[in-house]
Amino acid sequence: MRFAVIVFPGSNCDIDMFHAVKDELGAEAEYVWHDESNLDRFDGILLPGGFSYGDYLRTGAIAQFSNVMDEVKKAAQAGKPVLGVCNGFQILLETGLLPGAMRRNESLKFICKPEKLQVVNAETMFSSSYEQGEEITIPIAHGEGNYYCDEETLKQLEKENRIVFRYKNNPNGSISDIAGIMNERGNVLGMMPHPERAVSGLLGSDDGLKLFQSIVKSWRENHVLSS
Amino acid sequence: MYKVKVFVTLKESVLDPQGTAVKGSLHRMEYNEVQDVRIGKYLELTIEEGVENLDKRVAEMCEKLLSNPVIEDYRYEVEEVVAQ
Repeated sequence: MRFAVIVFPGSNCDIDMFHAVKDELGAEAEYVWHDESNLDRFDGILLPGGFSYGDYLRTGAIAQFSNVMDEVKKAAQAGKPVLGVCNGFQILLETGLLPGAMRRNESLKFICKPEKLQVVNAETMFSSSYEQGEEITIPIAHGEGNYYCDEETLKQLEKENRIVFRYKNNPNGSISDIAGIMNERGNVLGMMPHPERAVSGLLGSDDGLKLFQSIVKSWRENHVLSS
Repeated sequence: MYKVKVFVTLKESVLDPQGTAVKGSLHRMEYNEVQDVRIGKYLELTIEEGVENLDKRVAEMCEKLLSNPVIEDYRYEVEEVVAQ
């Protein structure tokens, strides 16, 4: 399985993401610059954290119009897994691949610390290696991670089981303790916590590794076992 | 030439933590008459003369990029600027 790690001007978790996938997971990975206009050679797309375009105007607002985002939309439509972490999540929201928007953290502080999450839905291509309801520890690092959506969208997310991760102790004020959601089809996941920063005991937690393992597992089931 | 002044604000229904913090500070300064503070963005666009459908185009810019319709409202004012 071959992953694209998209690099925007201002991405700063791209190297962590690359390391997680290449060295800890053992998959293939390649950095892809934001003006790239073909992602056909990849099986999965990773949008890393950081400050794309300096977070000017709003987080993720300018990145949504990068060349590469047209390709990311195409990949999403084709059913390929697309994972957006932190700024990557913010970009997915701005692009409309996921519903809702981000506000400043309720405390107005940038928060950088390990956070306990609950795996709310372990039956997705991003979470199948976890147990349903499992408590995991994944670090967060953001100033604008206060997820918001209207009541109707929230009801829909809940009804369709699209909330994948919830915070145990909501650190930023997100509606319904949401830490990660997916699209209707289940192949686009956005989350504020950084699984790529929790991929080995050396980092204090390897709870994030299972997320990447889940993606590979799902890909193998669809591509390797069937062929 | 036109100068377009764009004001982007959080929707009334969306809590504004920045505004709340500033209100708290004003109250500590004993400006207790302040009932609410909402913080927004102000953008100035300088636009060339003779653009067709100026209003429509500015509204599009606001909806597609300058504001996020999920949480923000916008309004704008158009001023005609005479070149000196």
